[in-house]
Amino acid sequence: MSRLLEVSGVSVSFDGFKAINNLSFAIGDAEMRAIIGPNGAGKTTFMDIVTGKTRPDEGRVTWGERNISLLGMSEARIAREGVGRKFQKPTVFEDQTVKENLLMALQANRSPFAVMFYRASAQDLTRVDELAEEIGLSDALSRKSGELSHGQKQWLEIGMLLAQEPRLLLVDEPAAGMTPAEREHTTEILVEAAKTRAVVVVEHDMEFVRRLNCRVTVLHEGSVLAEGSLDHVTANQQVIDVYLGR
Amino acid sequence: MPNTFLTRTPSNVIFLIVLAVFALGVTVLAEGSGIGFISTSFVKTLGKTLCLALVAVAMDLVWGYTGILSLGHFAFFGLGGYMIGMWLMYARTHGIVVTSMAEAPIPPTESEIVDAIGNQIFGVVGSSEFPLVWAFSDSFAIQLILVVAVPGLLALVFGWLAFRSRVTGVYLSILTQAMTLALALYLFQNDSGLRGNNGLSGLQNLPGLDHVPQAQISIWFFWASAVALALGYLFAAWLVSGKFGSVMRGIRDNEARVRFLGYSVEGYKLFVFTATAMIAGVAGALYYPQAGIINPAEIAPIASIYLAVWVAIGGRGRLYGAAIGAVFVSLVSSWFTGGQAPDLNLGFYTLKWVDWWLIVLGFSFVLVTLFAPKGIGGLVDLWTYRKSPDRHGADLGPDAGALREQEASQ
Repeated sequence: MSRLLEVSGVSVSFDGFKAINNLSFAIGDAEMRAIIGPNGAGKTTFMDIVTGKTRPDEGRVTWGERNISLLGMSEARIAREGVGRKFQKPTVFEDQTVKENLLMALQANRSPFAVMFYRASAQDLTRVDELAEEIGLSDALSRKSGELSHGQKQWLEIGMLLAQEPRLLLVDEPAAGMTPAEREHTTEILVEAAKTRAVVVVEHDMEFVRRLNCRVTVLHEGSVLAEGSLDHVTANQQVIDVYLGR
Repeated sequence: MPNTFLTRTPSNVIFLIVLAVFALGVTVLAEGSGIGFISTSFVKTLGKTLCLALVAVAMDLVWGYTGILSLGHFAFFGLGGYMIGMWLMYARTHGIVVTSMAEAPIPPTESEIVDAIGNQIFGVVGSSEFPLVWAFSDSFAIQLILVVAVPGLLALVFGWLAFRSRVTGVYLSILTQAMTLALALYLFQNDSGLRGNNGLSGLQNLPGLDHVPQAQISIWFFWASAVALALGYLFAAWLVSGKFGSVMRGIRDNEARVRFLGYSVEGYKLFVFTATAMIAGVAGALYYPQAGIINPAEIAPIASIYLAVWVAIGGRGRLYGAAIGAVFVSLVSSWFTGGQAPDLNLGFYTLKWVDWWLIVLGFSFVLVTLFAPKGIGGLVDLWTYRKSPDRHGADLGPDAGALREQEASQ
């Protein structure tokens, strides 16, 4: 399995507070990984660094077969390289329909001139229908996404993420605020996605992580505390002390 | 029926039909082409109003759709006017000079003619030399290109600097105000090359067309303005109808999210800013020949603020709203400030509208913003039952993206 993303020796501090401290992390081409850790462990900052929102003070972030560096690239450029991100709170474009949201996310040329003359092809529309089917929003395509329920918005955002066809999906607490049935569906979507691409899930909910059935990385105070199967890390005394035992 | 961007939004078709009916109606009623019910000066006012509607449509693209509150678009409008004004003034003075020199015993040389034109145009600022910016003023074609090129280039450079540093919100508005103020102050100087505070005048006289009465010329310009508005409106409607429009509205509602979708937000903002500056330039180039005069006071910061007020009162985020706002507010403005509105005698105080109009306008702006954020265009929604999704709670503002209070706390 080749490496898709490699983060090594990355540190970042805000006003003297070390949010990320010499963090190293790697993920392969088609792999699912869960990141857990107490509040303030640096989970979100880690995602900010990979997606270009935050510049680290030191360290390397390399990407793909040719090991290009993601540092110094703009957020948009990194997204075009194939890194997709889902935020903790559902952020969809509320004023626009589900279809418009999905079409905007659909993999295509992003330059202003290409977008200006873009008209959805039959193929694109089929893909939108498929995605809507997958996220259970087939009947809501022409509804404004602001009308959707919280859980539906979460799915729409996952759908938009899949539409981007990223090689790496960064998903921040996908199951937050979902009913048990919705959680199950979300798990299925993520597990399915991880067959063809890398998926990193940040999650608090241990039950959810267990269902993902994947390698787990435990973050604490900005660096990796333990890594392995869920059973392996939950048996780790340090992990119990800082995270589970509380 | 074919499914084009026009037929998908009936408001576009209705707007164009109303505009055509209005233009034909004015033509029939005007002095120069019809029964003479509408005076030439009022035809000019209506023509100018159509130009203002065009720049308002441009403002709606940049503010209502993309969320960039530019308070400097009248600078581009004025620059467009200056560019066409330079040719008008040069060519007309050329005609006058040639006629008057033709009576001299020795025929004048080409350089003598140019010197005499310089004297005529720049005598008022104590100079007779042609400044560098007038290099192409003898060429109608080049000045026409400059009408879009100069505002476009200024917008491109300004926008590139501002958007690249991710200046947004109020700070960007202040920067655009500073830009238009700086430009106005520069042009006020006599040595700026554009006749300082005298500005360019006599623009209503078209070179070589002295025999055509103004009544006729006013109708030509009225139609040119109407066609420009129709084309500008069509372009804007086409732009916002597709994915580009989705991205624009996405940037307005949550630009960080658009970035993570892989769109270069800065590039899009720059595109919209520059394109609308060019549209504003065209509108200005049609406006000032009807006004007859342009001076730096036209691009004072307040002018661009008016533009925002028109769009806000008309209803931003919908193209016809911007056009309605510009037409309605500017016509009512000229009625009140033109001394036509009768004074209101309150017994103890006589309300003179010329003095009080600005205060009325200011209050209506505040009231519209607070109580009817959709503006006049919102009235259409009452009729078509268009509803915004009920998102519960108040807007959290640009930092928290498109979230509303209650969603964020979930």
